[in-house]
Amino acid sequence: MTAMIEISNAAKTFTMHLQGGVELPVVSNVSFHVEPGECVVLSGPSGAGKSSILKMIFGNYRCDTGRIDIRHQGDVIDLASAEPRQVLSVRRATIGYVSQFLRAVPRVPTLDVVAEPLVVGGTPRAEARERAGALLRRLNIPERLWRLPPSTFSGGEQQRVNIARGFVSDLPILLLDEPTASLDAANRAVVVELIGEKKRRGVAMVAIVHDDEIRHLIADRIVDVTSFAAAA
Amino acid sequence: MSEPMTASEDDQPLLIAEGLSKNYGRLAACRDVSFSLYPGEVLAIVGESGSGKSTLLQLLSAQLAPSAGRVSYRMRDGVLRDLALLGEAERRFLFRTDWGYVHQDPAQGLRMAVSAGANVGERLMAVGWNHYGRIRDTATNWLERVEIDAGRIDDAPKTYSGGMRQRLQIARNLVTEPRLVFMDEPTGGLDVSVQARLLDLMRNLVSELNLAAIVVTHDLAVARLLSHRVMVMKGGRVIETGLTDQVLDDPREPYTQLLVSSILPP
Repeated sequence: MTAMIEISNAAKTFTMHLQGGVELPVVSNVSFHVEPGECVVLSGPSGAGKSSILKMIFGNYRCDTGRIDIRHQGDVIDLASAEPRQVLSVRRATIGYVSQFLRAVPRVPTLDVVAEPLVVGGTPRAEARERAGALLRRLNIPERLWRLPPSTFSGGEQQRVNIARGFVSDLPILLLDEPTASLDAANRAVVVELIGEKKRRGVAMVAIVHDDEIRHLIADRIVDVTSFAAAA
Repeated sequence: MSEPMTASEDDQPLLIAEGLSKNYGRLAACRDVSFSLYPGEVLAIVGESGSGKSTLLQLLSAQLAPSAGRVSYRMRDGVLRDLALLGEAERRFLFRTDWGYVHQDPAQGLRMAVSAGANVGERLMAVGWNHYGRIRDTATNWLERVEIDAGRIDDAPKTYSGGMRQRLQIARNLVTEPRLVFMDEPTGGLDVSVQARLLDLMRNLVSELNLAAIVVTHDLAVARLLSHRVMVMKGGRVIETGLTDQVLDDPREPYTQLLVSSILPP
C-alpha cells in the first residue's frame, strides 16, 4: 500500500454492562485511506462517530472487526490486532494525536509538556525545549507562562499548548480533533499555517473541524461519516 | 502484514509468568495468571482489595511460592531462569541489585533510625562498594534526583514527612540501577498534592532509566499516569488486559466498566 492509513471495514460497538448490557453501535464498515501529504476531514453531525474513528486510528478504542493498517517504519501494522507494545511503538514514531482537551501531568511546566513527545522520541532535552519554545511563541503563548504548568491556563491557552505538543514532533501521521475549536481568528490562522507546513512535509492527517471556513482551507478530501452509521 | 518489529535487546521479555496460581487452603487467591513483561515496560495491576493483586506481586517477586505455574526472569547474562530454581546467591543478587521493591509503607522498605545517606548507601555496600566518599557522593546525588535537600542526608527518615520518606525509599531502590521495580500502592496514604509530585518523579525516573516496573494500585489515575499496560484483577483472575488508555477509555468487562465509572471527575 502507498497510503499511510488504510482502514477497511472497521466497526465499533459499545456494550454498556452497567446499563443492562445495552449495545451502542457507533460505526460500521468504516473504509477510507489517507495518502502522505493529504489532509482528510471527517464530516458529519455530532454523535456520528467522528471522534471514535480518530480514537480507533490512534489505537485508543479497540475495533470489533476490520483492519486499521498503518505504515510504520517501513512496515505495515494492523492496529486493530496489534500488541500493546506495537501500538506504543507506532505512537512514539508514527502517529500523533491532538485531542480536544489537554490532559497533562500535574506540576509539569508548559515548556516540558510541549517538548515531551520529542524527548520520548530521542531528541536531546535542550533542543526539544528550543523547538517547543519556538512553537509556543508562534501560538502566542507568552514566554512568562512557559515555566508554569498549563492546568492554570485559560481554555484557549490550554488548547494552544495542546496543539503545540501535537505539532512539535516530526511524526508522519497526525490526528486532529477540533484543533481550532476554542481559538481566536489570529490563532486559527496559525493552526491553518501549521497544517499547511505539515502537508508540505508529507504528513498524512485526519481532522475533525466544525468551522466551514477552516475546513475549506485545510481539507484535501472530505469523508462523510454518516455513511458509516452503524445499523442500530 | 503485522510482521514482528525489528529485533533488539528490548525485544525479549524480562519476566514471564506462566499459569501462576496460589491457593490458601480452599481459597484461590490467584488463578492462572500469564503474561510477559518487556524491558522498560510499566505494567499496572489494578483491582479492589481482595482481588489478588498483592498476592500476585508477591508471587512475581519470589516472596511467595506459587501453588502452580512459574515465573521466569532474564538475568543480566541474558539467560532466562525459573525463579523457583535459583540458588541463594542468585536470589540475593536479584533482591539487592537487579530488582527494587517499593512498599506502600516506607517504614517497611527503609531503616527508620539510620541516616538517609546510610539508607541509600547500604544498597551500594551490599554490592561491594567500599569507598566512603564515593558512596556518599552517589547517595547525595540520588537524594537530589528524588528532590530531597542534600542538607538532610544525615537525618534519619523518621524525621521526614511521608512524601519525603517515599522518595527516599525510591532512591534507595534505584541506586543500584535495577532493571525491574515492584511497587505496592506506592502513592497510597499520601496527600493528593504529594501524590502528584511523586507520580511525576516516578514517571520521569522510569523513562530516563528505561526501568521495567510492576505497579499494584487500586487507583486508576495512578495506572493512567504511570503505566503502559494494565491488568484488571477480580477474584484472583485477570479479567481484562491491554494498553492502559484502551482499557480505561474503552473498558469491555462489566467489572472494569464499574471501576472506570466509579472515578470521580477531576
